[in-house]
Amino acid sequence: MDLSGLALGLETALQPENVLVCLLGVTLGTAVGVLPGIGPTATVALLLPITFNFDPIASLIMLAGIYYGAQYGGSTTAILLNLPGESSAAVTALDGHQMARQGRAGPALATAALGSFFAGTVATVLVALFAPPLASAALKFGPAEYFSLVVLGLVISIALASGSIIKALAMIVLGLLLGTVGQDLASGVPRFTFGIRELDGGLDFVSIAVALFGLAEIIRNLEHRDRDGSIVTTKVDHLWLSREERRQVRGPVLRGTAVGSALGVLPGGGHVLAAFSSYSLEKRLSKEPKRFGRGAIEGVAAPESANNAAAQTSFIPLLTLGLPPHPVMALLVGAFIIQGIVPGPNVIDEEPELFWGLIASFWVGNLMLVLLNLPLIGIWVRLLAVPYDILFPAIIAFASIGCFSLGLNPWDVFVIAIAGAIGYFLIRWGCEPVPLLLGFVLGPLLEENLRRAMIISRGDPSVFLTKPISATLLTLALLALLASVLPAVRRKREAVFIEED
Amino acid sequence: MSDTHPDTDDVTGGRPDARADICAGAVFVAFGAGFAIGALRYDLGTALNMGPGYLPLLLGATLAVLGLAIAGQGLVRLRVGGDEATEEPDAGPREEPGPVPWVPGALLVAAILVFGFTVRGLGLALALFAATFLAALAGPRTSPIKALVIAAGLTVLCLVIFVLLLQLRLPLLGEWLGG
Repeated sequence: MDLSGLALGLETALQPENVLVCLLGVTLGTAVGVLPGIGPTATVALLLPITFNFDPIASLIMLAGIYYGAQYGGSTTAILLNLPGESSAAVTALDGHQMARQGRAGPALATAALGSFFAGTVATVLVALFAPPLASAALKFGPAEYFSLVVLGLVISIALASGSIIKALAMIVLGLLLGTVGQDLASGVPRFTFGIRELDGGLDFVSIAVALFGLAEIIRNLEHRDRDGSIVTTKVDHLWLSREERRQVRGPVLRGTAVGSALGVLPGGGHVLAAFSSYSLEKRLSKEPKRFGRGAIEGVAAPESANNAAAQTSFIPLLTLGLPPHPVMALLVGAFIIQGIVPGPNVIDEEPELFWGLIASFWVGNLMLVLLNLPLIGIWVRLLAVPYDILFPAIIAFASIGCFSLGLNPWDVFVIAIAGAIGYFLIRWGCEPVPLLLGFVLGPLLEENLRRAMIISRGDPSVFLTKPISATLLTLALLALLASVLPAVRRKREAVFIEED
Repeated sequence: MSDTHPDTDDVTGGRPDARADICAGAVFVAFGAGFAIGALRYDLGTALNMGPGYLPLLLGATLAVLGLAIAGQGLVRLRVGGDEATEEPDAGPREEPGPVPWVPGALLVAAILVFGFTVRGLGLALALFAATFLAALAGPRTSPIKALVIAAGLTVLCLVIFVLLLQLRLPLLGEWLGG
């Protein structure tokens, strides 16, 4: 293990100003993430513009902090309010909310925080161990290999999608098409812009993310006029675990960390799958599976650890390959690019301070979460009481200002309205937004590498199958696709997602 | 804000609504055909040297085909499922999505569009006030007066956060007002 790298990282991350932005990020992330109905993706998208005031390293550290804070905030909402901000927190809500109803909100929140911290620490070490060798392997990748890798990533995200596979496929293709809007890189021709000059730069990713996870989600929430979350308890005490509880959570935290670390690198729904599978694993291993769903502390410890480990290891494909496995990572790609850094295997050599500083700040961020959240829980609980009638106009305002301030381009704002309206109906009709976002982000990468590979091979498409790495990746993609369509696997896959309903 | 809603039609594993399939399929066909036809206006190039229209044409056609398949799936389900599958989506046994909130949804979309159209002309403060007022009206229990109060409060809050604290260089008064 390259300790000098990690040492450099800690040195960078522990610089006072970086600690400060990390703290700011974690605080802001928790504050927004705890608001009911705002998940991590929306939180990061809404807070993204704020980070551009800082230099590249500080801004990315802050974003990472926002991401962790948002995740933890989401768990708090799930436990106290039974309103999970995103699907991976939905698993936490199952037992966490029951615990809160039984007056054990304190231990539930403490388990979430400590389990997340442990998982985060382990996963940070894993990132430090696995990222450098993967990055040096990725440096040998040519356009053909990159194309196949993107295809594999997209296919896996379909396999992990929870709904209809053909709809997920269609959403990916729609995302790829939306990604072609704007000036064509090779020829300079503006595509699908209807002559609107403001669209030459393409649709903004933040706008699309805010549209699907902000606007569309608000409209979905307004479907249920009377469903108001009620806080079961505003009093949270005993923010620590008894000896008995510590014994109970030890195994689930360890297993959750392992499951989460492994699944986090998968594109699409890796973190969701991690939370779901670690929960069902604990249920299966438990001597009294009936306790699950009725306030079993293991049912909070396992998915929270898995969730956080996965959040961490999902940085591996981003930092080494430049491939975002998750919408939040896709937002980070946007942030990297705005800061003039192309995420990919070169970052580790060209920007070692940034690379290692970011990794070390993961750990610092996790530590701060524990130090910050447990004492400040009273403040977060008060934020939960903000009524939705005030909250959603605030989200609309934040989204509009945020997207406008990115480029002072009113079209970035119009795109929210249009994509949000269309996205609402597509989500209502059973299409998932995540594959669309991944397709949108990876589209330009896919097209560029496809074109380059074809020029190098003189128009011979067999190049993708004759190069060994590319052929392996495509074979894996085919296997993943076949596996997800096979009836047996399909049933099992559905079972994973519905078992806990 | 979830990627996989526990209450989304398909996730619960029950019969997905046939009408949803047909509608989703139609949207995909429309987008696919639109992109494919649009792509024909650009240079297609060859497989060796792809022009700007090559990939969009290919993807657009793919999307249209996928859309047809999804809609076809819905049609088959409509016929096979008989009366059961043609029921209104609201009548199912699972927790169904409520009726489409047309008015609140339109208000929210309008709020964002108004912001986009007026932020340069009227400036941040007024555009924000108009947008938050419209958005607040979408609340099921919000009267116009309450919406005004919410809008005023949020406008001040946002100005403090974005202009005072974050120092974003956004014009407070727009071009139309000589700002």
